[in-house]
Amino acid sequence: MATEGAASVGVRGRLAHALRLDELGRGWRRLPGRARALIPGLVLLTIAALYPLYVESLPSVPVIQEFPSVSTAVIMIVFVMMAVGLNIVVGYAGLLDLGYVAFYAVGAYTAGWLASGHFQQVKIHFGSAGISTDLQGIHINMWIVLLLAGMLTGIAGILIGLPTLRLRGDYLAIVTLGFGEIIPQFVRNADSLAGFNLTAGTFGINPIDSPGFGEGLNSAIGLPVNFQQSFEKVNLFYWSALALLLITIFCSVRLRDSRLGRAWIAIREDETAAAAMGVPLMRTKTWAYALGAFFGGIAGAFYASFKGGAFPSEFFFNISVFLLCMVILGGMGSVWGVVVAGAILAYLNQEGLANIGGYINDETPLEFEVTKYTFGIYGAIIVLMMLFRPQGLIPERRRASEIEEGVHEGDTLYGERHS
Amino acid sequence: MLGILFIVLIAIWLVRNFIDSPQEFINVALIGLTTGSVYALVALGYTLVYGILQLINFAHGDVFALSGLISSSIMIDVLHLSGDEAVIVVIGGLVLTLLMTMGFGSTINASVELIGYRRLRSQPRLTMLISAVGMSFIVQNIGLAIYGVNFRSSPDLIPSRPAFTIGEVSLGWNKLTIVLITIPVLVLLTWLVRSTKQGKAMRATAQDQDAAAMMGINVNRTISFTFLLAGGLAGAAGVLFLLQFNMRYDTGFELGLIAFTAAVLGGIGNLAGATLGGLLIGFIQAFNEGLTIWSLGSDWTRTIVFGILIAILVFRPEGLLGERTPEGA
Repeated sequence: MATEGAASVGVRGRLAHALRLDELGRGWRRLPGRARALIPGLVLLTIAALYPLYVESLPSVPVIQEFPSVSTAVIMIVFVMMAVGLNIVVGYAGLLDLGYVAFYAVGAYTAGWLASGHFQQVKIHFGSAGISTDLQGIHINMWIVLLLAGMLTGIAGILIGLPTLRLRGDYLAIVTLGFGEIIPQFVRNADSLAGFNLTAGTFGINPIDSPGFGEGLNSAIGLPVNFQQSFEKVNLFYWSALALLLITIFCSVRLRDSRLGRAWIAIREDETAAAAMGVPLMRTKTWAYALGAFFGGIAGAFYASFKGGAFPSEFFFNISVFLLCMVILGGMGSVWGVVVAGAILAYLNQEGLANIGGYINDETPLEFEVTKYTFGIYGAIIVLMMLFRPQGLIPERRRASEIEEGVHEGDTLYGERHS
Repeated sequence: MLGILFIVLIAIWLVRNFIDSPQEFINVALIGLTTGSVYALVALGYTLVYGILQLINFAHGDVFALSGLISSSIMIDVLHLSGDEAVIVVIGGLVLTLLMTMGFGSTINASVELIGYRRLRSQPRLTMLISAVGMSFIVQNIGLAIYGVNFRSSPDLIPSRPAFTIGEVSLGWNKLTIVLITIPVLVLLTWLVRSTKQGKAMRATAQDQDAAAMMGINVNRTISFTFLLAGGLAGAAGVLFLLQFNMRYDTGFELGLIAFTAAVLGGIGNLAGATLGGLLIGFIQAFNEGLTIWSLGSDWTRTIVFGILIAILVFRPEGLLGERTPEGA
């Protein structure tokens, strides 16, 4: 036994020596703390950024079979963006929003209005990237449209928020749910508002332009003129989605640590105490709504551009619950938790559940259509998380302590229930 | 001020339609009464639970839908009713179906509370609310698993021939039955809550759980009883809905939201308010979909109902019959 152990130590030692692991470790420890925190992120980012280049050569794994395709990855990133946006409202500020899909819809339709041939009556082109100027309709450069969509959705968020944020807790949830139901029905029916075709009804607005950089940047530094005309369209969408997601995460983290973010957390923990400390409740909550909506709008517009259309059949309450499920699973308020949980759930929704279902039906005697019960599964996830791990898989430190120790005993949404 | 103007406009709209064709107007109103009865029964379930736990039981609408689907099985597969039997057999079968479905709804609703909410009662309120959303999807998927995506309907049990006729307006047996079932259920419920010991325990628990427990009230049992009661109402509503319309696993989601709106409209926590709200929403829906002059049509019903919900919550959160609470909500 003893010799065996010595031998294994010897082997390990030799191996470590051969790979110069000990020197590497020493060098690693000598790095400043900031760099040490940064390097894993950079490695992950590199792996993510190169994903389209090596996904084809990845082996298939048991149970889930194939790795997600690049277009699935784009959708995953879009949903993660929305979840990060929702996390601002639900996680940071503690306002339960059950109608987030409304912001997605507003974003998608803004893209439809400002970057397609929907308004045949006019011909407006601005900063257009590789889109023929002969086309009727409004064609604004998609990058600008994304920003405009974010701002318009933010304004929509403020408009929804102003009258309703006065209400506390569960009433707010119901009102947002109401808006989440009204807006999709509105876009479905608004194909003849006093004879004016605003949303093209059930057909939806399509095609929507793709982003691009135009001729000038193309000849200068080789950026693609327009994604639509490129051979690697999906990859281009993937990389821009990744860039947008990074910006979103960066903003989200910076917001959390800002004065505004601390005010949100104060409100979440105890509204009354926060107000007594001089936090302006209405303004702070409205900001949470507007900023959460902003990212939802950008993600919605980008998604519409990726799919080339905005269709009313996509905006259902289910999407709101799906996003909420991501936030809960990851841990309310925890950005990284939400990113991980969002990626997993969006993958499951797009490909994973179908693959797993196929595996179950092929390999076991069970006959079970997993995809049919998608939302039942999400429901079960939500309930189980609430029962056994309400702080989420990767909890935010502060939130975990709130749940364990409880906060001020008041009748606030997050306070212990008055009894 | 704005509210008064709004009500005046609605009154003008109704009167205009009434003058145009009084017979059609009354027929539409009767449809409103029958759908309103179903809404009222479901709304009562929301109100009961909200009153005692301050929880919007999202799963309630799905309990309603699942009960309705089960009642179709009871009618067709268990009791083999087809509508051709003697009147007394049909009535007996209907009562039996009603009782069995109510029992089923009670069981499901109380199980939902036991599994999804009981452990979370000491947690922050949001936890229970989120759990309710999850429970809603679980119950819905149970319906999906048993019945698939097809619509179910009841056999033609009650003839639609008129029970009695006044002038040119006639009230069909099918509509009359709905009202005849709803009224005793409402009376029974009011008696239960107002005059029995269990009802007193419910009211005490709603006011202050700790104090109620100290007075020797079994809080867990009282809350379970409330869920049983609410589930029974949802079961009754399921049968009544199935007698009029087709339904499938996801019918309960939208109807639940509408019924919740009704409960909020009347003043949540208030039994009379839920009934009033249910009937009002039923009328609004029927008028909007049935009247021909200046109405928006069924495409916009959902928008109108949720518009009302938002307006009520913003301008009068205590509802029509509720009392203003210091929280303002």
